[in-house]
Amino acid sequence: MTDVVDTGTALGRPIKRKEDARLLHGQTNWTDNIQLPGTVHMAILRSPFAHAKITHLDVSGALAMPNVVAAFGAAELGDLNSSVPCVWPVTDDMVAPDFPALAKDTVHHVGDCVAVVLATDAVSAVDALEAMSVDYEPLQAVVNMESAISPGSTLVHEDKGTNTCYVYNLGGGYDEKVKEADVVVKRRFINQRLIPAFMEPRSVVAAPMGMSDEITMWTSTQIPHILRLLIALVTGIPENNLRVIAPDVGGGFGGKLQIYREEILVAQLARKLGRPVKWTETRSEDMVATHHGRDQIQDIEIAAKSDGTLVGLKVDLKANMGAYLQIITPGVPLLGMFMYPGIYKMDAYDFQCTGVFTNTTPTDAYRGAGRPESTYAIERIMDELAAELGMEPMELRRKNWIKHEEFPYTTIAGLTYDTGNYELATARALELFDYEGLRTEQKSRRDSGDRVQLGIGISTFTEMCGLAPSRTLGALKYVAGGWEHCTVRVLPTGKVEVITGTSPHGQGHETAWSQIASSILGIPVEDIEVVHSDTGRAPYGMDTYGSRSLAVGGQAIKAASERLVDKARVIAAHQLECSPEDLDYVNGVFQVKGDPEKAQPLGAVAFEAFTAHNLPDGVEPTLSAEATIDPQDFSYPHGTHLAAMEVDTETGKVTLRKYVCVDDVGVQVNPMIVEGQVHGGVAQGIAQALYEGASYDEDGQPQNANLSTYLIPSAPDLPSFITDTTCTPSTTNPLGTKGVGEAGAIASTPAIMNGIVDAIRHLGVNDVLMPATPMTVWKTIQAAKGGK
Amino acid sequence: MIPVAFDYKKASSVQDALAALAAGGEDAKLMGGGQSLLPVLRLRLNAPSVVVDCSSIPEIKGIKDEGGKIVIGAGTTHHAVMNDPAVKSSLKVLADATASVADPQIRHRGTLGGALAHSDPRADQPPVALALDAEFTIAGATGQRTVAAADFFQGPFETAVGPDEILVSVAFPKLDGWGGHYEKFNRAAQAWSIVGVAATVRMEGGKIAEARIGLTNVGGTPHRASAVEQALVGASSIAEIEAASMHASDGLSPFADEDADVEYRLHLARVLTARSVAKAAGIS
Ligand SMILES: Cc1cc2nc3c(=O)[nH]c(=O)nc-3n(C[C@H](O)[C@H](O)[C@H](O)COP(=O)(O)OP(=O)(O)OC[C@H]3O[C@@H](n4cnc5c(N)ncnc54)[C@H](O)[C@@H]3O)c2cc1C
Repeated sequence: MTDVVDTGTALGRPIKRKEDARLLHGQTNWTDNIQLPGTVHMAILRSPFAHAKITHLDVSGALAMPNVVAAFGAAELGDLNSSVPCVWPVTDDMVAPDFPALAKDTVHHVGDCVAVVLATDAVSAVDALEAMSVDYEPLQAVVNMESAISPGSTLVHEDKGTNTCYVYNLGGGYDEKVKEADVVVKRRFINQRLIPAFMEPRSVVAAPMGMSDEITMWTSTQIPHILRLLIALVTGIPENNLRVIAPDVGGGFGGKLQIYREEILVAQLARKLGRPVKWTETRSEDMVATHHGRDQIQDIEIAAKSDGTLVGLKVDLKANMGAYLQIITPGVPLLGMFMYPGIYKMDAYDFQCTGVFTNTTPTDAYRGAGRPESTYAIERIMDELAAELGMEPMELRRKNWIKHEEFPYTTIAGLTYDTGNYELATARALELFDYEGLRTEQKSRRDSGDRVQLGIGISTFTEMCGLAPSRTLGALKYVAGGWEHCTVRVLPTGKVEVITGTSPHGQGHETAWSQIASSILGIPVEDIEVVHSDTGRAPYGMDTYGSRSLAVGGQAIKAASERLVDKARVIAAHQLECSPEDLDYVNGVFQVKGDPEKAQPLGAVAFEAFTAHNLPDGVEPTLSAEATIDPQDFSYPHGTHLAAMEVDTETGKVTLRKYVCVDDVGVQVNPMIVEGQVHGGVAQGIAQALYEGASYDEDGQPQNANLSTYLIPSAPDLPSFITDTTCTPSTTNPLGTKGVGEAGAIASTPAIMNGIVDAIRHLGVNDVLMPATPMTVWKTIQAAKGGK
Repeated sequence: MIPVAFDYKKASSVQDALAALAAGGEDAKLMGGGQSLLPVLRLRLNAPSVVVDCSSIPEIKGIKDEGGKIVIGAGTTHHAVMNDPAVKSSLKVLADATASVADPQIRHRGTLGGALAHSDPRADQPPVALALDAEFTIAGATGQRTVAAADFFQGPFETAVGPDEILVSVAFPKLDGWGGHYEKFNRAAQAWSIVGVAATVRMEGGKIAEARIGLTNVGGTPHRASAVEQALVGASSIAEIEAASMHASDGLSPFADEDADVEYRLHLARVLTARSVAKAAGIS
């Protein structure tokens, strides 16, 4: 049984983010601001075809252009043309095509890299691209997943003999159990393709530093540590000679959880040319060359008794890999695999996923990575089942969810949810939403045949995050672990360095990590510097993604800070001539119990540790401590999100009128940062439901690869969200925290879509495709009416 | 997103601009606020050898109330147009349409003349100019000429302004006492119109006495819904407005895109025309 506690601990203060002054006043250097003497700028010739043979490539024309230093196609690059790695071979027989940094003889998607030119300024490099001579012989493109896996399909990679990347199965037993069911509901949901569209375009600079053998790479990445290892592995640059720095990074959403071919090229060419090389993508490049997200066809079947008790769930996915496998492309759908049952109890669960190659930009992690897809499917199908049974959708959920007294609970998918209280979050959300009032309004609009219909969308979600227990990752064939590291150092002046292996790109780690260290060290937040995202200064870490930074990295900060206090206590006791147990540690000062006049502040202890003139025997000089934490388990934030959706049945236009979310993210270190993460996440999930969707024509040409047609909502498009939290502390980590980086994006998409369907279900509608554009909604209504 | 190199000339007068255009020949391009031109250059869809900046020519900036008409210099920004008291009171539909363009930053740079001369089928102001029978003053080597709105818009991105000419001003007959509304239908606050309807009506005794209707993005050029204008005369109820608005799709052959296929666009033209007229007429 989980007790509910409030969050009023020393950690829970909503203090303003330390990093914001620098970010908001433009007083930081993004990667593209880095100007090193002698830099050459790289520009990339990209394929205009989705699938074509390169029949002729001559880069020499570019060499004749002003200010050009070098130009390379795959032939000229030779051995330096390293392949982009995939680190998650999900099955033993997974098909992994070669993915060279520069395409060798065939291009496989629009935006595929064909050649590069390097010039002493960026303008000359771009101009010189036009002087290259290249001929293509267009091949038939494969865009649609179902046709890609049907017999006789054109192959994306001829040499592989198939467009199927892998087939993954979990469970079994559904077909037997379903016999006990009274009702079976099947739906096909489409989780469309999305583009991460972070604000700061990707940028990378690599430079031989000239004072050692070191090559330093600055790059706009979420994963400097993993990148260092992978760049070393694929390029042959000795890992010890490679330093990777992610300066302030302007957003990632998974899109910068990657080793990109451009990073490999810049590293190789800096080494080859012996001078700094720089590349910054244009927005047009970003839309086709940064990995995309989602893109799944979800065939979902749910079975229940007539009283609503769930019997089982069957999931059959087709997941679009795109043209190549990037870092964890095949694993993304499997991150959702365990979460299809959501918060519900059931007796059977079958899962199958088929990874499919197409001539499209590769897909990979995008905010939520796998869990938004699973949450969408389960929360949508629960509404469909409720409609089939004639039950109130919240009632159906209540009947089936794990009761708060049943935690810890092992789900049918095999995960053990540690804590949660769905009743509490739901009760609070219903109250804030005025659920009954809106249901009454909905009824009266229906009865009067109002042009504008109202729907209520529910999403009672949970997700697994805090990636991840290393053994679990191993069992899933992921090639690395999920631990996190921290070193805490008190400098001789009393200032503190918290050196973390997480790599923030907007989340506010500098503030939150300072708060954790401050709460243990008793040192003011201002006197703590968080050092991160530089493998030279913070050598150990597994970086930031999967809502892991606090749930995993935060624990390392706590542990290292506590170890540091332990060491300081021994030194202070020696100085104060008492035994360590006789010391209290209050607000950063060691005091002798019963004699508080006899005291030594942590700074003074640090100075003693630095001079080492008077240390107890066996104690090493300097005051630092480190901790490397492997999490025991995932964390499972949950929440209840409710959306009031208005649908103009005459035009199909949808308006989000009210959005309430009550999230349980366990103990909060900084509630203001939590609220910010929830807001951004909710907006991003709404964007999937209503605005975003990358599309291709049948030749594989992107149809909306620009920000004029790929619509991203902005503040005027969204109402003020009403947010609140409940707190059931996680028991899988000592701080009791759960991740929050992805929760909003996971929860909000089904809430919006359930609301739209609820508004027009009486017209005969039982699904609406995303994004729910006015035309899509209007056409859906027309079709349901039996019109055209 | 780096344009092909071009020469830049800042013109100080209309004569100066015309001379620069003549000197630059076919590859010269005028620039107003640059809000449509620069994206085109950055995407390398166009590569003029010289860009003649006419954003600082005093003669083509500003708004004048000339009794029966309001004359707006081509170089007047959207921001200035939508906030001008005379425009707000006598040309409400123009103020509304202008306020719906893009976002504040763009409205502070983009110009009415640039928007009309660019003649993007999705642009919000051209149908207003068409419906209001605006008159365009164009300067060229041989002096100035005026062109009626009906002859100005000739195709997508094609107008009566020749490559060696400059649009100087646009005169709108004042519509004092008329109700006006611009109904913009788009997917996000800062997105272009899928369909837009400019409506302005004169009421007499609770009935529509006269109406002017222009539609955005239902064809290659802005569309004047003359059949609706005629059918609306005498209308005093929503039902009558809706019936008249059924003519909004008469004679249209719109294109299809991701936002709307032909059927949906025609449907929107009818529905939004009725809504725009009802709001302009104050009938609900
Ligand atoms: C993100 C974004 C969103 C937008 N959204 C909308 C929208 O929702 N609705 C809408 O209507 N518009 C929209 N626009 C376009 C905007 O309104 C532009 O300001 C307008 O189309 C062009 O005005 P400009 O002065 O910037 O012209 P410029 O870009 O400078 O020029 C456009 C064209 O007109 C020509 N030109 C300019 N001035 C003259 C002149 N005096 N004589 C002859 N030719 C001239 C130029 O040679 C060029 O061909 C948007 C623009 C952007 C960038």
